[in-house]
Amino acid sequence: MVAGLVAVTRRDLLLAWKRPGDVLNPLFFFAMVCTLFPLAVGPSPEQLTFSGPGVLWVAALLAALLSLNSLFLGDHEDGSLDQLLVSAQPLPMLVLGKTLAHWLTSGLPLVLISPVLALTYRMPGNVMGVLMLTLLLGTICLSLLGSIGAALTVGLNRGTALLGLLILPLAMPVLLLGANTVSLAAGNEMYTTGVWALAAYAVAAISLAPYATAAALRISNE
Amino acid sequence: MWKWFHKLASPPHFYRLAATLIPWLAVPGLMLIAYGAYAGLFVAPEDYQQGDAFRIIYVHVPSAYLSMMAYMFMAFGGAIGLIWRMKLAHAVGAAAAPIGAAFTFLALVTGSIWGRPMWGTWWEWGDPRLTSELILLFLYFGYMALRSSIDDTAKADKASAVLALVGVVNVVIVHYSVEWWSSLHQGQTLFKEGGPAMDASMLYPLLAMILGFTLVFGALLARRIRTEVLYRERRTRWVREMILSPEGGK
Repeated sequence: MVAGLVAVTRRDLLLAWKRPGDVLNPLFFFAMVCTLFPLAVGPSPEQLTFSGPGVLWVAALLAALLSLNSLFLGDHEDGSLDQLLVSAQPLPMLVLGKTLAHWLTSGLPLVLISPVLALTYRMPGNVMGVLMLTLLLGTICLSLLGSIGAALTVGLNRGTALLGLLILPLAMPVLLLGANTVSLAAGNEMYTTGVWALAAYAVAAISLAPYATAAALRISNE
Repeated sequence: MWKWFHKLASPPHFYRLAATLIPWLAVPGLMLIAYGAYAGLFVAPEDYQQGDAFRIIYVHVPSAYLSMMAYMFMAFGGAIGLIWRMKLAHAVGAAAAPIGAAFTFLALVTGSIWGRPMWGTWWEWGDPRLTSELILLFLYFGYMALRSSIDDTAKADKASAVLALVGVVNVVIVHYSVEWWSSLHQGQTLFKEGGPAMDASMLYPLLAMILGFTLVFGALLARRIRTEVLYRERRTRWVREMILSPEGGK
């Protein structure tokens, strides 16, 4: 069971390694959205400290959405998705492997560069830690939720707009928890509840989303 | 039991059943709404805090309740359709979505109109219920967008059913958000321990409105399912026979 997961993850990581553009583009997008806000709302330090957590979280959400479109698209086009569907390995585990690889190549890099951008928003060190922790849990949730949407829209050629319409409403609770937890931490208030709630969301998503994604993939490829 | 279930699932049978049901739902529903609207707007006394503004609950509460009820129809229809491969259940989901979206929109608009004099703002982002109701509207839009972008009806049915089921988590959050996050929205008035915290003269019109709205919702749903069934079965023999018969599909 785990063999299939590991094999799929390794294959996707290898593919990502051969095509670094797919990994880097969402990161550049993330950095660029974070740059847009100070240019638009003005560079005053109070404003940046106040809006920093929210802006970073929204940018992360949009960057995650941008990378999701390609999750099953390549495999659908070259036919390897059909091979996964007829494989003897349980499909939810294979899907989990693909989502894991997707998170390692899109969510995790995003978490790792977030302190640099948080620095430009004058975020203090301890808050930065909370930001990274919430983004770590949040991007896991977003990758898993997004895999459902990506599986539903895989053969449709409707692009990111439809995917956004499907995924963003589901992702809003994650955004709300994540951004507000960082804001609470920035205001020196109790923030652990939000972290636990995000962790609970992530655990639920890991256990349930692969089944929904597997079902959606079977429907899309009938 | 199973025989009844199979009979209900047969499109021609349901098509005729819905036709007989519609007047039985619509007439009492409209009568209840007429009574509720009159008693709520003219007979019920003013609220000691909110004055006449509270009267919008006679539209707001039933709409908000039906916005979630319609979603449940969509989700259960999707689940039954996926599990028992019952095509009619998918038709229920497809028919319920636009009605649900309309009630969600109505709940948002009436809530907003009420919020202006009461909270001093048309829209309050800090309130989880408002936000969740808006998210519910987006979920309906997503469901309908996914449905309309898949040409194959069978595939569209199943894909949108999966989406509706995933979104149920969200509806649960809508429902419990009042308890989860501290809220600007009023707490529960109707369903709480120790009975409703409302005077009978205000309560009965509200109950009549809720029941009336539900019945009219049922009638609208039955009407839309009939159209949906007719469209889906347009190439079958029973539809052709019915249309060519002397009654002409009545």
